[in-house]
Amino acid sequence: MLGYVTRRVLMLVPVFFAVSVVIFSMIHMLPGDPIENLLRVGSSPAQREALTAKYGLDRPLVEQYLLWMSNVLTGDLGTAIVQRRPVAQLVAQALPYSLSLGGLALCFSTVLGVVVGTIAASWRGSWLDQGLMGGVLFGSMLPNFWIGLLMILVFSVSLGWTPVSGARGWESLVLPVLTIGLGGTALVARVTRIAMIDTQGKDFVLLLHAKGVHPLTIQVRHVLRHALIPVVTILALRIGWILGGAVTVEVVFARPGLGSLLIKSLNQHDYPVVQASLLILAMAVMLGTLMGDLLQAAMDPRFRDSLT
Amino acid sequence: MSAAVQKTGMLGTIRRSVAWRALATIKGGVAGGFLLLVVLGAIFAPVLTPYDYDIQALTNAFQPPSLAHPMGTDEFGRDVLTRILYGARTSLSVSVVAISISLVFGMTLGAAAGYFGGRFDRMVMVVVDLTWSFPEILVALMLVAIIGPGVTGTLVAICVAYLAQFTRLTRSQVMALKSETYVEAARGLGASHAFILFRHLLPNCLGPVLVAGMLATGDAIILEATLGFFGLGAQPPTPSWGGMMSSGSGLLFKGPWIILFPGLCIALTVVAINLFGDVLLAKLDIRDRLRVV
Repeated sequence: MLGYVTRRVLMLVPVFFAVSVVIFSMIHMLPGDPIENLLRVGSSPAQREALTAKYGLDRPLVEQYLLWMSNVLTGDLGTAIVQRRPVAQLVAQALPYSLSLGGLALCFSTVLGVVVGTIAASWRGSWLDQGLMGGVLFGSMLPNFWIGLLMILVFSVSLGWTPVSGARGWESLVLPVLTIGLGGTALVARVTRIAMIDTQGKDFVLLLHAKGVHPLTIQVRHVLRHALIPVVTILALRIGWILGGAVTVEVVFARPGLGSLLIKSLNQHDYPVVQASLLILAMAVMLGTLMGDLLQAAMDPRFRDSLT
Repeated sequence: MSAAVQKTGMLGTIRRSVAWRALATIKGGVAGGFLLLVVLGAIFAPVLTPYDYDIQALTNAFQPPSLAHPMGTDEFGRDVLTRILYGARTSLSVSVVAISISLVFGMTLGAAAGYFGGRFDRMVMVVVDLTWSFPEILVALMLVAIIGPGVTGTLVAICVAYLAQFTRLTRSQVMALKSETYVEAARGLGASHAFILFRHLLPNCLGPVLVAGMLATGDAIILEATLGFFGLGAQPPTPSWGGMMSSGSGLLFKGPWIILFPGLCIALTVVAINLFGDVLLAKLDIRDRLRVV
């Protein structure tokens, strides 16, 4: 297991390198002179010199990359051009909002998905099974920013139950969590359902039935526990995807998280912030995938050999 | 030469009849009919509506749905239905073109990687897996950040975001097929690599890959709309479904219909594509071959 963990963590190095090169090259691939894009209208040639020197754009590319990388690794993400503040500070402010939203959405879609999957598997083939599974599948096909807007329309504008947008208190979390969670439910429900149906055919379940254990007890205490292994793996792998969904939903609900920061900076051409938030999001996805793989390796020894 | 024509002719007949059989089911018929309606609406938009999509009439702004404006008017007094019809042109063509390009590249890369294996395969897979592990929206945002907002940025973003899926799918299909006896027989008869790839392997994995492409088009429509919603897609005054919702999201109180109808249109189109793809999968009996991971 230790060998697997080492190999798996080492695999992150080239991926991180590649992602950082792509994100680094962003500023150089912009049409025109990058400094022209960074300068505000009416700046003097002296300011241009200063900016060029500040970003080290007069030095060779490799040197520039190494400089940028060493700054990033020591926590210096540069200074935001439009917002005129250290990028690290902006990111640090936004991160808790995204983490709380993503974490709660993950919990919500897990609980709902497992419950729906369990019910569907227990009454397999009935109208309840088809209705529930069809319902969550339908929900997962809809664009999540539209669901978000509809929810605002119904729960905030018409009913007045929740705040329309922003991040004041827990009430403002309800709708965003519901929006992201609904999208993720379908996958969890489907995996739970299939895994449970698989387990239901096992000999030990037959034995439990023969012993006269109540069917409900069998489903929840025995079948579900067995079936949860693939569910846990899928969930860990989905952490990054939940974060991706959070980007969209944050913008809809005007929640000041990393996603909102990214989109705002993209629209303002504030590239240091764009670079930093993309890098952080990419790292979060990589860590999520890493956790998923490690969890799976811990639960299923066969999986450890799959990496060579 | 004539054999090749005959072969594609036959293949065409088979695929056409599958499409017809899918349309004949209730699910497939409703979904296919709706898609046809959307496409026709987009093509004949100038004939279907008396209004213009970008002429502003501020005195006419925020009209709720009525007979004259079945879906109301937006903040500039433009007819929402008209903009949806014209927006379908942008949204559908960007998604379909992007996925088609992505399919061609993905199939070529995947087939070559799966067939030749070795160092080339490993190299392709390293690059492909790089994007595979990231959510499409993140890959797309990264590319839009590099290329810049607009139709081109969106097109490239969607292309790259789905490339990994098509490459992996084609590769796994080709790898499974290349050890079949008929491939060995062809090789034994002295067929070239290109002949085996294009005449034997690619036609055989076309079904699953094309259906995957169709299903991905649904996702691509959402991705295009999401980028449009962020203000990074087609720039005004070009109407697109996502762009309409972007400007409408601040007007939720004054004119909810401005975002309600474009969103409904995206949702119904995507659901219809998924339903139709599902029926096709069942009819072609290739559901198991679509597993990518």
